[in-house]
Amino acid sequence: MDKDTPRAHHDMGGAAKFMCEAVDTAPHGLTDFDKQVDAIRGILGAKQIMTVDELRRGIESIPEAEYHRLSYYRRWIRSITAILLEKGVITEAELRAALEAG
Amino acid sequence: MMFDAGANVRVKDDWPESRGPVHIRTPHYVRGMQGTVLRRLGAFPNPEDLAFARPAPVRALYHVRFDQPAIWQEGHAGDEVVVEIFEHWLEPA
Amino acid sequence: MNIVETDGEQLLIALRSVLAAKGIASPAEIAERIASTDSASPGQGARMVAKAWTDPAYRARMLVDGSKAAEELGIPMRGMPPLGVLENSADVHNLIVCTLCSCYPRAVLGYPPFWYKSAGYRARAVRDPRGLLADEWGTVVPDDVRLRVVDSTADYRWMVLPLRPAGTEGWDVARLASIVREGDMIGVTIPKV
Repeated sequence: MDKDTPRAHHDMGGAAKFMCEAVDTAPHGLTDFDKQVDAIRGILGAKQIMTVDELRRGIESIPEAEYHRLSYYRRWIRSITAILLEKGVITEAELRAALEAG
Repeated sequence: MMFDAGANVRVKDDWPESRGPVHIRTPHYVRGMQGTVLRRLGAFPNPEDLAFARPAPVRALYHVRFDQPAIWQEGHAGDEVVVEIFEHWLEPA
Repeated sequence: MNIVETDGEQLLIALRSVLAAKGIASPAEIAERIASTDSASPGQGARMVAKAWTDPAYRARMLVDGSKAAEELGIPMRGMPPLGVLENSADVHNLIVCTLCSCYPRAVLGYPPFWYKSAGYRARAVRDPRGLLADEWGTVVPDDVRLRVVDSTADYRWMVLPLRPAGTEGWDVARLASIVREGDMIGVTIPKV
């Protein structure tokens, strides 16, 4: 079934383009970056500011090429940022100021 | 819709992705396929709505078994794929 | 360039600063959260498996309600998604995947492994599970054993209760738990002595 369906690019079960992709089964520890992003998502969830469903929706809306280029937790930070901006939890001005100060 | 364990069901052959921004948890590979309900897993708020911070009605969630070789016309006879599917994606087969 | 396309490391630093200023997530809260998440590891799931192998009543309870069974062993499950446990048998071998993202039984196994989140795993697990297991892990599921792939698409999180291997007769739970690996509880490998 590789019929011409409008399969979303994150909906990857059986996707032909990845059927020959080798799997790196070696253990890879999480970096500090990874753990911080993960923790922030958890805190936002626990405080009911952002759900895991919103996180997923944000990740799924990353354009296909970027989705595959970005590492797992870079997708997360991009989604978290987009969702928080969308919901007005943070403003673009605040974020720009922090980026410039950083 | 209510389904008993053992009920034959079909997943709707629907593609909301083609109509606008959505968040769907029914994988593409089971859309339009026939399967069997293993059991009702409980009832949960619809993730399709939670993803957009909309009020999310609680929907029944079913564990549904599909014959694996039937999905892609390849595979090992007898193998199966089991997927959690919300009631609104299922109809009697 | 859209601001969300900023390099992830820079975004994290900036976001931390904004969230701290707003009282949403302080550095202390983040550190505490990391410490708490770090305390979950495959060892938790392994203890459940070892107990199930030695205590038929616990095994039965675990198959009915995985969350309660985890709590019985002191694994914190409050606020976590419901846990389902799938039993391997002489007839059935279970394999867990999340083709849509990376849903994983974190409460009992810790962070999902790199391979579980990969495109190759997510694509191949549902379409060529036997090839995937043989090629990447050397795991061969016999022809007369049914392979059941469980795609975690909604609120449940799944782990596998693997078969107890021969040669472990008389072992105590600690020794049994020591041979149960992360991959055994996802179904890509089988416990070995």
